[in-house]
Amino acid sequence: MAHALSMIVNGREVNAHVEARTLLVDFLRDHLGLTGTHVGCDTSQCGACVVQINGLSVKACTVLAMQADGADVTTIEGLAEGETLHPMQQAFQDHHGLQCGFCTPGMVMSALDIVRRHPDPSEAQIRDGLKGNFCRCTGYGSIVEAVQAGAKAMR
Amino acid sequence: MGRFGAGQPIRRVEDRRFLTGQGTYTDDRSLPNQAHMVVVRSVYAHARIEAIALEAARAMPGVIDIFTCADLDADGIGDVPTIFLPQNRDGSRMTAPRRRPLAQGVVRHVGEAVAIVIAETQAQARDAAELVQVDYDPLPAVAEAMDALEAGAPAVHDSHPDNLIVDWEMGDEAAVAEAFQSAARIVSLDLINNRVAPIAMEPRAALGQWDEAEDRFTLYTGSQGSHSLRTWLCRHVFGIPEEKMRVVAGDVGGGFGMRIFLFPEHALVLYAARKLGRPVKWVGDRSEAFLTDTHGRDHHSHARLALDEDGHFLALKVETVANLGAYVSQMGAFIPTLGGSGMLSGVYRTPHLHVHVRCALTNTAPVDAYRGAGRPEAAYLIERLVDAAARETGLAPDEIRRRNFIAPEQMPFTTSGGKTYDSGDFARLMDQAMARADWSGFPARREQSAKNGRLRGIGLAYYIEACGGGGPETARIMLSPEGDATVLIGTQSTGQGHETAYAQMVADGLSLPLSRIKVHQGDTDVVATGSGTGGSRSIPVGGAALAQAIEAVQAKAKRLAAHLLQAPEEDLSFADGRFTLPGSERSITLDELARASRDPDHLPEGMTPCLDATESFKPAAGTYPNGCHICEVEVDPETGETSILRYTIVDDFGVVLNPLLLQGQVHGGTVQGIGQALWEMAAYDPESGQLLAGSFMDYAVPRADFLPRIDSATDESIPCRTHPLGVKGAGEAGTIGAAPAVINAVVDALSPLGIRHVDMPATPHRVWKAIQQQRAGRFGT
Amino acid sequence: MKASAFDYARVESLEEVFALFAEYGDEARIIAGGQTLVPAMAMRVAAPALLIDISRLEALQGIARNGDRLRIGAFTRYVELQHSPLVAEAAPLLHRAIPLIAHEAIRSRGTFGGSLANADPASEMPACALALEAVMVIANAEGERRVAAADFFQGLYQTALEPGDVLVAVEIPVAQDGMQGVIEELVRRQGDYAMVGLAATGKAANGMLSGPRFVFFGVGDRPVLATKAAEALADGPISPEHIAEAQAALAQDFTPLGDIHCSPATKAHLARVLLGRVVSRLLEHR
Repeated sequence: MAHALSMIVNGREVNAHVEARTLLVDFLRDHLGLTGTHVGCDTSQCGACVVQINGLSVKACTVLAMQADGADVTTIEGLAEGETLHPMQQAFQDHHGLQCGFCTPGMVMSALDIVRRHPDPSEAQIRDGLKGNFCRCTGYGSIVEAVQAGAKAMR
Repeated sequence: MGRFGAGQPIRRVEDRRFLTGQGTYTDDRSLPNQAHMVVVRSVYAHARIEAIALEAARAMPGVIDIFTCADLDADGIGDVPTIFLPQNRDGSRMTAPRRRPLAQGVVRHVGEAVAIVIAETQAQARDAAELVQVDYDPLPAVAEAMDALEAGAPAVHDSHPDNLIVDWEMGDEAAVAEAFQSAARIVSLDLINNRVAPIAMEPRAALGQWDEAEDRFTLYTGSQGSHSLRTWLCRHVFGIPEEKMRVVAGDVGGGFGMRIFLFPEHALVLYAARKLGRPVKWVGDRSEAFLTDTHGRDHHSHARLALDEDGHFLALKVETVANLGAYVSQMGAFIPTLGGSGMLSGVYRTPHLHVHVRCALTNTAPVDAYRGAGRPEAAYLIERLVDAAARETGLAPDEIRRRNFIAPEQMPFTTSGGKTYDSGDFARLMDQAMARADWSGFPARREQSAKNGRLRGIGLAYYIEACGGGGPETARIMLSPEGDATVLIGTQSTGQGHETAYAQMVADGLSLPLSRIKVHQGDTDVVATGSGTGGSRSIPVGGAALAQAIEAVQAKAKRLAAHLLQAPEEDLSFADGRFTLPGSERSITLDELARASRDPDHLPEGMTPCLDATESFKPAAGTYPNGCHICEVEVDPETGETSILRYTIVDDFGVVLNPLLLQGQVHGGTVQGIGQALWEMAAYDPESGQLLAGSFMDYAVPRADFLPRIDSATDESIPCRTHPLGVKGAGEAGTIGAAPAVINAVVDALSPLGIRHVDMPATPHRVWKAIQQQRAGRFGT
Repeated sequence: MKASAFDYARVESLEEVFALFAEYGDEARIIAGGQTLVPAMAMRVAAPALLIDISRLEALQGIARNGDRLRIGAFTRYVELQHSPLVAEAAPLLHRAIPLIAHEAIRSRGTFGGSLANADPASEMPACALALEAVMVIANAEGERRVAAADFFQGLYQTALEPGDVLVAVEIPVAQDGMQGVIEELVRRQGDYAMVGLAATGKAANGMLSGPRFVFFGVGDRPVLATKAAEALADGPISPEHIAEAQAALAQDFTPLGDIHCSPATKAHLARVLLGRVVSRLLEHR
């Protein structure tokens, strides 16, 4: 049975009917075509699917679309202002905080959550804040540097 | 700045699309009218398939069709091939067991594909797949290679009743035996190189399409090389000319060796697409990745080193048993034999080497290349063994290495492994690394840790690897009428940043901004040939081909400029995109030449139109990056927990093209090596053959919160002498150096207790157990 | 989209929940934060016919202090617990435990009541509830009842919740002056489920520990209160000998169950190590 669903995604109101089993990440990818949010595991550990619901980071593979009914959702596609990258996105590029790019959208969203909690994060706070995001390419050092630089640019 | 823009830390051009969610990984692509495939997989490690009942599944909503091996057989679909077939020591050639894309009569590992369900939506395919009823008659299974080679072990394939698929050797057995006779000391070590899962963050996926009018397939799938996939699919699976298949990689979310290979799902989406006349998409989930991605490593080795009374190495003898899994993947038999064995000599003069490798079939996922592919296994073995020798001789770990290093003045040096190293200054790099790691200050730090009840250890490893292998690589450059450059090349980035690295070379060579250069890779309709990316070959081989192509375009442009300016070619100078005849007003830009080159009236005699060039490079010799890793750890003896406190690397990669990208390769690779050493283990239950570590809950991938910052440096003063650009390759180096450095450090920490080896992964439980056993043994309890 | 098909109802009142339970029986399941249930459904380990979303049930929200009791609504998300000054003051153990749970993007969704009702023997919240002598407030169509934590956890993923029951709130005695809470765990990686964990409360003064409660998790099918160990520390200032006695007494309190990462003997050893560390921390008022 299809359920009516309404939410704000990246500042735009969307309305749809979805099967109850539709995950938020399926809704974003398949219904809205926002394929920047990725699925890297099925046990809510890798963090490739991190988005924000009402300003808090969540794993979009572990939230039903219906649980986000009425919510304000931000995805990686909602960060840049036209051609200008968000300072955190820019910092990832400047510090080579990405390689294959698959974990990157989730990393950036988690990075923003770290800065929300700690505007001037220490290395330890960043590493702790990234423990729900796996990266197999970088070894994390460049990501830590990127988050520090991004936080500074956001202050 | 060096030639072709070398030395510049250019920011990556591909980042913007990844950072804004605009990448195109396989699952991001959808085709009109596409159907979805879900794979029914074996729940047993070994079982006979008695019957497959499909009626209930077929009746489910949205189901289009279901296929089993019987369908593939009826339609003449070939096998997933084994490409590398080594020669056994008795002179016979290895025979590979058949690997059907869907199991034929018998399943041989958990996760093996048994049937495919095609439905309108993925959810419907999943719902129906649950109702496919396979009646299995379970058979005894064997998961460990050592067990598989025991008499009476269950045979994985009837064609190989003893499970021994390869019996291979290299080296001079008699000379080694003689050296051991005369040795003052023999040091031996039993080592397990643990089985690991590759964990590309993008799970494998494939989207197949068939064009009936053209009688032609298209396969969209993230890979490390579209061309080899195309060749294997056409030759071995479908029996069609390569012109009838297009393979497109798109953006690829990590590879680490695993994405070189042809997997059953590639064949299956194409088969179903042709059968149904609709595009068919398969997206694997993480559980499927753990069960069916090729795994890496899984070697058991007995290694013995003969030394004279001064600690000089006389000979090395290695007996290895390698687990190849239930089927031999394309290069599976290469890794433990030719892939790694030649590097067992390491950076040492050791005059004699003998290696005996036995490869076993087991009821586990196929094992194939994983970052380093044989070379990490070799480096781990020799660097652990040398450390053990240092302990037994009482020589310091740096001193015993110093006494045995191949000296720079001995280069080129052909090792007992048969490799000819062109360059390297191992002692100098080791000294640099030791200084950066404050090696001399370690005893004081150890004492400090001891005061806190912790065991501190420091470990050193000097790795060397062989790069630049594989086939030739071809690069093509074309200039548009406006002078914008397009590069076509057959290597494939799975995150390394080839679009930037290659563009950087062209930008420098042709004085173009990066924004006017486009690098194309991974589409067999666009790029004519390719050997793909693997074995750290992209810059050493692809880069060399591109350098030649840049020079060819430069030469062609210069000849055209001379023609149009009516000036002698040798008098022209090229700067900032413009050819100038010094001392005159005459000049012409590359952009103008690009346009002029399209008009035959403007061309000198014999010149083909357009500013373009196609050049191939086939490496005459391997390249040998090398370096020193130093790891410092602290072990909590109460819990066995190991913390890495400090990590130092000094590498010799020859000439460095882009230091930013290079550091990314080194750090990422190092963390993969650390992961193998401390946490990662693709463990199977030895009897049931069930994968025990089948999710991120049980398989410990390194995370940001338990790693230190890595201090790394490169010595760029030792260019490769056999390579036109002087580069040596860097993609796998970190992984190769890290595992022995970490375990040497852990063992050093535990050595005051009398422990001389701990197998990987050195998990808290394993370390704690080693401590307990040692204490029990010592105090006789 | 990986789960089997199911229906979904978001309820506004407890009566609606009871009505749905009456209609669907055990085919209905409550979804709170969903951080355990949604992955389980995606793996098709769980396949309820109906999910009852209780996120908008006001009766299950809020943190309030009523005299000497702290009442925490079952639908309180971890992130709210973590930032509640009331919790930090009245239940310091809980405040300290939250950062050990998974990671931020899970804590933004997961709920206190959801974890208790799930009763994973390796997770932190059930152990804290037992250490804090929490009382579960449970409602069903017949009315409301209270069950002490000691009676609530009944086995592997088993609780006193009966079909048709809803965990409404948790009541915790407010920490009296000087009462401390400490939690430590040994994990392969932080944020993972514990190999062995210990949640403890106690009041330290003059080198003595009064009324300590040591609750181990990850060692059996439910959180385990180590009474013998506590008794060994009962009289007089605590010396290293006391601690050693308490550690030895753990053998009478429980025999750990092993898992694929850790043998029973190792777990027993690690439990002793943790006990030593936690007693020291309690004495240091940390």
